[in-house]
Amino acid sequence: MIYREAGQFKTTYAADQAIFPIAQDRVVVALAIAAAFLVPPLAGSEYWLQAVLIPLLIYSLAAIGLNLLTGYAGQLSLGTGGFMAVGAYAAFKITTAFPQVNIIVVFLVSGLFAAGVGLLFGIPSLRIKGFYLAVATLAAQFFLVWLFNKVAWFSNYASSGTITAPPRTVFGVMVTGPEATAPARYVVALTLVVLFALAAKNLVRGRIGRSWMAIRDRDIAAEIIGVRPLRTKLLAFGISSFYCGVAGAELVFLYLGSAETLAFDITISFLILFMVIIGGLGSILGSFLGAAFIVLVPIFLTNAPHALGLSVPVALQKQVELMIFGGLILFFLIVEPHGLARLWQIAKEKLRLWPFPH
Amino acid sequence: MTAQLEIRHVSKVFGGVQAVNRVTFDVNQGELVSVIGPNGAGKTTVLNMISGFHHPDLGSIVFEGTDITGRAPSRIATLGVGRTFQNIALFRGMTVLDNLMLGRHVHMKTGVLAGMLYAGRTRREEVEHRRVVEDVIDFLEIEPLRKRVVGALPFGLQKRVELGRALAAHPKILLLDEPMGGMNVEEKEDMARFVLDVNDEWGTTVVLVEHDMGVVMDISQRVVVMDLGETIAEGTPVDVKANPLVIKAYLGGKTGAKTWAGRRGTGDRIDASTARRA
Repeated sequence: MIYREAGQFKTTYAADQAIFPIAQDRVVVALAIAAAFLVPPLAGSEYWLQAVLIPLLIYSLAAIGLNLLTGYAGQLSLGTGGFMAVGAYAAFKITTAFPQVNIIVVFLVSGLFAAGVGLLFGIPSLRIKGFYLAVATLAAQFFLVWLFNKVAWFSNYASSGTITAPPRTVFGVMVTGPEATAPARYVVALTLVVLFALAAKNLVRGRIGRSWMAIRDRDIAAEIIGVRPLRTKLLAFGISSFYCGVAGAELVFLYLGSAETLAFDITISFLILFMVIIGGLGSILGSFLGAAFIVLVPIFLTNAPHALGLSVPVALQKQVELMIFGGLILFFLIVEPHGLARLWQIAKEKLRLWPFPH
Repeated sequence: MTAQLEIRHVSKVFGGVQAVNRVTFDVNQGELVSVIGPNGAGKTTVLNMISGFHHPDLGSIVFEGTDITGRAPSRIATLGVGRTFQNIALFRGMTVLDNLMLGRHVHMKTGVLAGMLYAGRTRREEVEHRRVVEDVIDFLEIEPLRKRVVGALPFGLQKRVELGRALAAHPKILLLDEPMGGMNVEEKEDMARFVLDVNDEWGTTVVLVEHDMGVVMDISQRVVVMDLGETIAEGTPVDVKANPLVIKAYLGGKTGAKTWAGRRGTGDRIDASTARRA
């Protein structure tokens, strides 16, 4: 009864094309964003910010990036980790070479580097599709990680091969490096992900997003209405890699503090892909839900036995955790292949009528 | 006056099969021309060559003075060539509105950064094109279907939406590949009315490939008859109906029946393979 759109008439096309055409949605989203900015930095513990919320935001950004490419443009990619590595190493090189440049600007420029590399590895997409393309992007993953490992220049000839985030400030507040507080890093990550999510949503509801979906759904029909396949696919690779690159830079600078190439190996590519699939292909909200699922469920599974008063050996618990996690993923894919975003949509449909059955 | 679309001696071979053999015809601005012929005559292949999916082995295709032989389909679409397919090529997972908005793609200009901001010009552009799309929706009488997902619509309506997507681009010439195939009588009548209206009111040139002779003879200004990859007749519906070659091609005749039957089998195979390709 509360979630009613009755009486909300749209009298302009602009109103009909809004992101949230229903007033209640707008209110809820505005409140949610306000709460995300205010509550955790003031009330959240160091553990929650550092171990849960910051990685959640960063993974969400990467998942949005992959979702643009795989969910919207239909190009399967396993190179996410590689593109994130490009962002991270570019950010490291830039900020050590030009320490005076604002770190946010550094993140964005690193994203551009990742976009360039993404464009390059997107070229095969004109000829190959589906699993074969996934294998081609796998080459990007392995090559890039190998490159950063092998060429010491990328890590400024550090003997350990690790890159460490130097201390940098934004508006006088320390946001990276060992002295940056968790709330400061959280607010930076949140601001970036909110802005980029909005940008992604705008992109997919306009001309470019539609051309991506056209290529995904029926490439021949897309060509007949004047969508140029190579350009469209490369654009998807470029923008997707930009998002992944920024996320990669954030991963090192805002979350890990220091990292080796191991942080960007194939595992993270799969992790992000799982987030996109579980969250919902072709949904920006789904990217957040998927990232939340992948980050929160293991934490829940670790803490659940304690809460129930069971004492399980640690080794066994780790194994059981993995099994339950895998089982949940399978369950979701079978019950709802369109992901959590679809479940959310169904819930909203039901809520529209509630408490009446029809 | 030179013709809007000039097809000059185009030939296409698939494997060892001559699908289209030195076909020549013109289409004038504002005309409604039908291309007819038995299965495997090469009608769809000709359309595919005009819209750029197949490149002719020989010959040339000139559209409004521009040689479009061998150009990519997306380039040809940009010049104002609209097209529908025999077996519907819509974006099934998207709404009717999104499908039609995609029809406007060639006229839209928003770049990446402007698209991300979705402000000012981008917003105005979306609304402006939405208005054009709404006109098409009105014209085709599909107002209630606006927000419906295309894949869930019945066949006849999908055909109508596909016509709508082509119309949304405001093409100068419209290539329709069996727009009435698989429809019942009422749906055919509706479709024939839409095609006639497009031709009359919008002044759009129409090239129609259709099997329903009743419709073709009723609405066409000129008919091109193809058989076994060659044009065998061309003229007004009345002339064509009386042409002995046409009657022979459709009904079979004593003279040359043997050779024709012999070649006929390959013709059907061409049709099957090109249909898949299309």
